[in-house]
Amino acid sequence: MSLAHRIIPCLDTDGERVVKGVNFVNLRDAGDPAALAARYNIEGADELVVLDIAASRDRRPTFLETIRRVAAELAIPLTAGGGVANVDEGRAILRAGADKLTVNTAAIRNPALLTVLAAEFGSQAVVLAIDAKRVGDRWEAFVRGGSVPTGIDAVAWARQGMDCGAGEILITSMDKDGTRSGFDCPLTAAISRAVSVPVIASGGADTPETFLEVFREGRADAALAASIFHDSIQGLGALKRFLGENGVSVRQTG
Amino acid sequence: MNIALVEYGAGNLPSVERALARLGVESRRASTPEALAGCNALILPGVGHFGALMRSLGERSLVAPLREAVTRGTPLLGICLGLQAMFATSDEAPGDAGLALFPGKVSALPPSDRLPHMGWNQLRRARPSKLLDGVPQDAYLYFAHSYAALDAGDAGVAYCDHCASFVAVLEQENVFATQFHPEKSGPVGEQILSNFLRLVGGKG
Repeated sequence: MSLAHRIIPCLDTDGERVVKGVNFVNLRDAGDPAALAARYNIEGADELVVLDIAASRDRRPTFLETIRRVAAELAIPLTAGGGVANVDEGRAILRAGADKLTVNTAAIRNPALLTVLAAEFGSQAVVLAIDAKRVGDRWEAFVRGGSVPTGIDAVAWARQGMDCGAGEILITSMDKDGTRSGFDCPLTAAISRAVSVPVIASGGADTPETFLEVFREGRADAALAASIFHDSIQGLGALKRFLGENGVSVRQTG
Repeated sequence: MNIALVEYGAGNLPSVERALARLGVESRRASTPEALAGCNALILPGVGHFGALMRSLGERSLVAPLREAVTRGTPLLGICLGLQAMFATSDEAPGDAGLALFPGKVSALPPSDRLPHMGWNQLRRARPSKLLDGVPQDAYLYFAHSYAALDAGDAGVAYCDHCASFVAVLEQENVFATQFHPEKSGPVGEQILSNFLRLVGGKG
């Protein structure tokens, strides 16, 4: 009996439609978020993440409506975020039907935001998302959808974010994102060693073997992927069977 | 069937409402003593902070009516923080009294593994359970918490192990509770909610 490793499909949206790109650019339409959510809910996703990667203020009501539509399809937990900068925006996302919210850029600018959000909603509802890129012999955190370097060490930031109140770390490797060349296991392992909260690895998902690697070598508690699931390159059931056969605790479904 | 979700200004009522709706049950929200009094069954969902929950129930004058409803025999299902609120006290808010339907306290889980305990875990059955009727022994349920009741005497019917052994399902006469979120636990969670509805004479 042990906590299962989670497989988490991610819906990157422009607020309304699922979009995807490589290394955070060249976005193209990949479907209706509610339809994909319904599919993943049945196929055995352990959780779902829906992000507003445009995060423009005018489109926020559209994104809240998207969260409502997605949540209506789910009997599993939902995490949502994108541009959350204060308690009111966080509350709006949770009220729309998310169980947890992600914070990224605003937390780097003001780490106390994590403390305020955790006090208001509980640490279990606050996920610190970090976009990290290899720079020399370390990883640097980037903000604004991976477009702006911060000079901040991603591993140290994960640790500080946890101390401020984040209940989970979502670490995305910008070097690996969209490349289907495997997760960044050294980055994930470094984050995992630095914190005592659960760590979700993101960026680079490909074959079932890449998931096995990130759970074993990357010491991830959960792994997130988008296009391999959206494009039906990898089925959730087959992936979980493979992991189970290889000794990784997973929730088998169906 | 008159089933009410206790509304205290926080918590995750919509997801529980949606889960009940999928089972064909219309629920309503009760946020006043009068509304509580007229119900056949009550659900106390909860996420967040023990102290905030108890203060919020107190501000709405719901603490005594909730206890009275239980004494009258009204079935009550607590979910997550709703389970914790049934105890006398919690490490999370030492100054705030709980509903005290059960003696003892809710403890901070010792940090011997990752916390919060977040994700899908299995149960260890201790006694026959009505809520878990038909649920496979190796089923996974969704948890998201850092505090837990380590013991509930004969009321503890199933436990879970993460950092410590803690109460995952609690049953005593008309009082039921789960530390996990049945409304977020896929088909297995649906089975558990359905069992509760059947026990209280609703559908399911």
